[in-house]
Amino acid sequence: MEPSLASYLALSGILFTIGTVGVIFKRNAIGMFMCIELMLNAVNLTFVAFSRYYADVTGQLFVFMVMSVAAAEAAVGLGIIIAFFRNRISVDVDDASILKN
Amino acid sequence: MVTALFFLFAGLAIACAISLVYHKNPLYSAVSLIGVLVSLACIYVTLAAPFIAAVQVLIYAGAIMVLVVFVIMLLNLEEDRPLNRLRYLYAVGGGLGLILLAQTFFIFYAVSRVPKQPVNVDETVGETLNIGRAMYTEYLLPVEIVGILLLMAIIGGVILVRRLAQPELTLVVDNELARRNEAEEIGDYRIGL
Repeated sequence: MEPSLASYLALSGILFTIGTVGVIFKRNAIGMFMCIELMLNAVNLTFVAFSRYYADVTGQLFVFMVMSVAAAEAAVGLGIIIAFFRNRISVDVDDASILKN
Repeated sequence: MVTALFFLFAGLAIACAISLVYHKNPLYSAVSLIGVLVSLACIYVTLAAPFIAAVQVLIYAGAIMVLVVFVIMLLNLEEDRPLNRLRYLYAVGGGLGLILLAQTFFIFYAVSRVPKQPVNVDETVGETLNIGRAMYTEYLLPVEIVGILLLMAIIGGVILVRRLAQPELTLVVDNELARRNEAEEIGDYRIGL
């Protein structure tokens, strides 16, 4: 007896919700970055669950693509965070307001 | 058996995700995120996707999280400041979270009426052989595009973190510290807005 497709989708939805709320609540760029990773993983779970339930390899392939995009995002995102820290000595997103006004 | 494992790791994933958002110290958040990633890898194993589970542990819990922890250590981050100015964000975040949660339960309700078992059970779908075959025949173009994307990310990363010439760099740091002291003197915690 396997859990139903709906339970995987529910787990994915809950993780995605926690990630979204985290992006809004976190003030620190690295924390926001980690919450985005959590959202990407929630989506990956739906891909794998559907791939299992329809016995189709496409879902798992696209999980692989999402992971590559996440790796690229990690490289560029952390580069931006380091460049920002170098200029502001902080990673607080409230300090990234030089374009305001 | 699979159901018990699913609920065990689902609970672990949700608990780690909540602790990721709850902790103010970025290092604790990073460790919680590793917990989420590893429990999701275990769930992938129960979904007959061993290749994705292995890649999840290698790339996510391995490479990406090592990079994140490395940056946290490198920058020697302090704990998050509390939300002072942006208190309304709590309301926005809570409202958005409730909407998404309601949507999740609606989907749960809608999907739970369709067949509960896999449409056609095929344990071999997630094997490395099948994924590799699909990747290099049917989905060759997306794989090439991802290759170009990764190359662009490498170049972008190198250009972003390129060091300024040394005198220029110390100047930037000095200016920032002076601006910060000035802002503290006038009692404006929002630095130099």
